Amino acid sequence: MTTNDSPRPPHQVLDGADISRVITRIAHEIVERAKGAEDVVLLGIHTRGVHLSRRLQAKLTQITGREIPLGTLDITMYRDDLRLKPARALEHTEIPAGGVDGKLVILVDDVLFSGRTVRAALDALGDIGRPRAVQLAVLVDRGHRELPIRADYVGKNLPTSLREAVQVRLADSDGQDAVLVGDRDYTARSSQALAADPTRPE
Amino acid sequence: MKRHLVSAADLSRDDALLILDTAEELAQLSGRAVKKLPTLRGRTVVNLFFEDSTRTKTSFEVAEKRLSADVINFAAKGSSVSKGESLKDTALTLQAMGADAVVIRHHASGAPARLAQSDWLHGSVINAGDGTHEHPTQALLDAFTLRRHLNPGLGNDLSGRRVTIVGDVLHSRVARSNVLLLNTLGAEVTFVAPPTLVPIGIEHWPCEVSYDLDAALAKTDALMMLRVQRERMNAAFFPTEREYARRYGMNGRRLARLPEHAVVMHPGPMVRGMEITAEVADSPRCTAVEQVANGVSIRMAVLYLLLGGATLADAPSTNQSEAAK
Repeated sequence: MTTNDSPRPPHQVLDGADISRVITRIAHEIVERAKGAEDVVLLGIHTRGVHLSRRLQAKLTQITGREIPLGTLDITMYRDDLRLKPARALEHTEIPAGGVDGKLVILVDDVLFSGRTVRAALDALGDIGRPRAVQLAVLVDRGHRELPIRADYVGKNLPTSLREAVQVRLADSDGQDAVLVGDRDYTARSSQALAADPTRPE
Repeated sequence: MKRHLVSAADLSRDDALLILDTAEELAQLSGRAVKKLPTLRGRTVVNLFFEDSTRTKTSFEVAEKRLSADVINFAAKGSSVSKGESLKDTALTLQAMGADAVVIRHHASGAPARLAQSDWLHGSVINAGDGTHEHPTQALLDAFTLRRHLNPGLGNDLSGRRVTIVGDVLHSRVARSNVLLLNTLGAEVTFVAPPTLVPIGIEHWPCEVSYDLDAALAKTDALMMLRVQRERMNAAFFPTEREYARRYGMNGRRLARLPEHAVVMHPGPMVRGMEITAEVADSPRCTAVEQVANGVSIRMAVLYLLLGGATLADAPSTNQSEAAK
């Protein structure tokens, strides 16, 4: 029996048009479930959740004809892995002028994985105000939850193994729109193979 | 970032900007109903004050509590220090009690550096003022206040801005830390002081020295007044208070001669009538009260960056390819 140990290169599972369609669908689902999205506030989780929430807001404005309040949330100070890594720079948290009290807050993120980011976001939200309800919209749900959390709006369910890494690229920060799946250590191993110095990290 | 904050000279330009930018984000917290973050939950911070302090001690305490740290206040008066306990034994006691960080103010210049270099304590050491040496968090909050007024925006420094520091430079740890940090951030510093209150060796500091306040006013973006530290003066450094006030005091007439955008800063406590007249102290161009509010944000940022990450902030970063989602 032969085993293939060489890591798979990332392959594309969603392209720009797919992402755009997914956002349109999620926007319609929000309007349908929230009965017109009267009291909806979108909160994008840094970094790519913010870009996605902006696109979702534009789509919702198109559908409803109203400007949906949009904020950004940095959850760094609420993470449960802070003590495992060096302190990192904070991103900008911005709560819309009307606040979140009594509103339907929709958290927006790119990938739903362990659920720890969402847990931290819920904690952060609890310190900011008291929403009527909180829902979660993600572009990709890749499974492997470590906490009892699930998304209300999912762009694509993507069954993955823990060996794999999901990369979301968005034009706003990465130059192109795409979702890629590849083996977690592919970049490391291939660059080591290519680099003249095999000890070079990554 | 290093593990300790003992001197403003420890901070590179990137470190200083990281602290200012982090403080800018943390400043938002003061406008919220719940002014608390869980970041330092389970960490113990000791405020070790060998010298009187209202502003700095309270400011650190508020910052620590807003980050959910367990706070122990340790004043030398009424403690075993007054029975003759040495700094080493105090430090070993705090280490045995599991202090993750020590915020220290000491009348001896160099005490925090001694603590940071020793192996008495494993936690971070933050200098909250040592003798006539340094007060780095005060310099950071001054830079933060200056940036908000003169060059607002994340990532901005103070390059090209002219800061005039007036008064008792000789005894001032604020002046010392400020000249180092402002220089790192690209500002030009001029000291104005009576010749008797200018330290020996100031020609090696990255600044200019003048004895004439009126001549410096027109080309000043920010005027930083210092407190005349009578408690550190064992001889007469100037003839009378009146003469000091006339030559180096800030008053309405001098305020009018400053450029329109310029601000007047004071680290406090202010001695009204001598260093600064009530007219200037209460004017909207005086940032003394704003500096106090900014002090909490800056100290939160320093505590978070030194303590909020991995147990040792200067530990080599691990290869984290993907953050847990």
